[in-house]
Amino acid sequence: MSRGSPDPARPTPVLDAAAIRQDFPLLARRVHGKPLVYLDNAATTQKPQVVIDRVTRFYVEENANVHRGVHWLSERATDVFEEARATIGRFVNARRAEEIVFVRGTTEAINLVAGTYGRSRVGRGDEVVISTMEHHSNIVPWQILCEQQGARLRIIPITDAGELDLDAYATLLTDRTRIVSVVHVSNVLGTVTPVREIVRIAHQRGIPVLVDGAQAVAHGAVDVQALGCDFYAFSGHKMFGPTGVGVLYGTSALLESMPPYQSGGDMIRSVSFEQTRYDVPPHRFEAGTPDIAGAVGLAAAIGYLAGIGFERIVRFEQDLLEYATAAFSRLPGVRVIGTAASKAGVLSFVLDGVHPHDVGTILDREGVAIRTGHHCCQPLMDRLGLPATSRASLALYNTREDIDALVAALQKVRALLG
Amino acid sequence: MTSGLEALYRDVILDHNKRPRNFRVLEGGGKAEGSNPLCGDRLTVYLRVANGTIQEAAFQGYGCAIAIASASLMTESVKGKTLAEAEVLFEHFLRMISAPAGAPVDGLGDLSAFAGVRQFPVRVKCATLPWEALRAAAAGGVGAVSTE
Repeated sequence: MSRGSPDPARPTPVLDAAAIRQDFPLLARRVHGKPLVYLDNAATTQKPQVVIDRVTRFYVEENANVHRGVHWLSERATDVFEEARATIGRFVNARRAEEIVFVRGTTEAINLVAGTYGRSRVGRGDEVVISTMEHHSNIVPWQILCEQQGARLRIIPITDAGELDLDAYATLLTDRTRIVSVVHVSNVLGTVTPVREIVRIAHQRGIPVLVDGAQAVAHGAVDVQALGCDFYAFSGHKMFGPTGVGVLYGTSALLESMPPYQSGGDMIRSVSFEQTRYDVPPHRFEAGTPDIAGAVGLAAAIGYLAGIGFERIVRFEQDLLEYATAAFSRLPGVRVIGTAASKAGVLSFVLDGVHPHDVGTILDREGVAIRTGHHCCQPLMDRLGLPATSRASLALYNTREDIDALVAALQKVRALLG
Repeated sequence: MTSGLEALYRDVILDHNKRPRNFRVLEGGGKAEGSNPLCGDRLTVYLRVANGTIQEAAFQGYGCAIAIASASLMTESVKGKTLAEAEVLFEHFLRMISAPAGAPVDGLGDLSAFAGVRQFPVRVKCATLPWEALRAAAAGGVGAVSTE
């Protein structure tokens, strides 16, 4: 059996992973006496020192509430917060910074759209289209909306390889379809969906499209104008930023037409007991004090990624994914789940005769952190006919040595549980 | 083996995982399904009781090595016991797997193989899942329980 040793004929990886690992202090720690091999990046990524330092510096030097005080510190905090918004706007190539709404994460971004656009535009007999491989966070908000409004949820099927069935998708759209909400990169299968084509087909009927980009943003450049989507949702913590901050991109035209989400301070123009006038986007959707430090930290993460360059990150991760897939193909009794032509960052698998939960426990004791279970995608698991999978998910700091450690740990699983 | 795995995956557990005993459907008695949605475990426990005594216990389903071995050993250890005795055994078992590491283990026979689960808190619910289903089968005949 191969131990997945590097092939000397292959070109040198385009990133200096050893140098990049130095930027992430947590990667140096040991777990159960073994060097940590962190392969649970689809759950959350580790943070580079520049992000940790930026968050600290905010609290040490700049902390005040935003959009309120006339004092110097509040102006400073407002400036860095709004600079973060502009940085994020440029990162996804939004037309204007005002198209960036700060939320807690992808889940809240989708809930925001379901609760505002959805509540005001989806009525009895209307339809919402999602796909089989959505995360629960892109299923349940629409399910609740449909129940409340008397609307219907329609599901785009997938092929056995884990690709969206685009022909079926086209036939699902009707004059009652009010929104399409699809994942950009599947957190279970790694499938990269053809967002441009999905948007093109929906826009022929004037239907807006929301893209769940939670698993996409750490692995490739996102250009919302090129994708053509109307909403794009992602989380800071899955792209080397802090937890607790996320982003909803929405086109100005749509955001301006939408009623508020949560209500309270910072989202109003004027309040009297008779009438409240709401502020313009994005502030209309940002009631209460936002995660200012989180937003600033996320902007620092974007700066970090920009310094490396997505072109190199994509090439590096594709190479690593190919390396891992090849190593898995040499492991008897291992089946990779998700074999789409276009994949990013995720390697789900099952081991014949061994439950993923046992795989996870044994790997953990080898210092290898992966995720096991249904990955918040139970309908997808039902479609695949699997109760659970094991999932290794990659980031720019993972190395071939990490994959070798994973393979060696899987051989221990085999030795122990047969 | 290293890192406490030998305490979790004891030989008797590995054996019962590989060759689960009483792995079959039992017609005509009580049954209950136990599921652990997060892990994807799903077991059905069957029970045949006469005069308050368990004549036979069996199970079928899918789960991790700990859940399968626990179900297998459970069906063996409750056979011939009254429902009250089985309940006492479950409580004893629960105390053992939630006790601090190093606490003495006694009076549980083969079930003491699960003492190592203490060192793996996230796996405790795997070991208790079949017992929860057994309790439901004894109480209601047909039902479902979940450890989530």
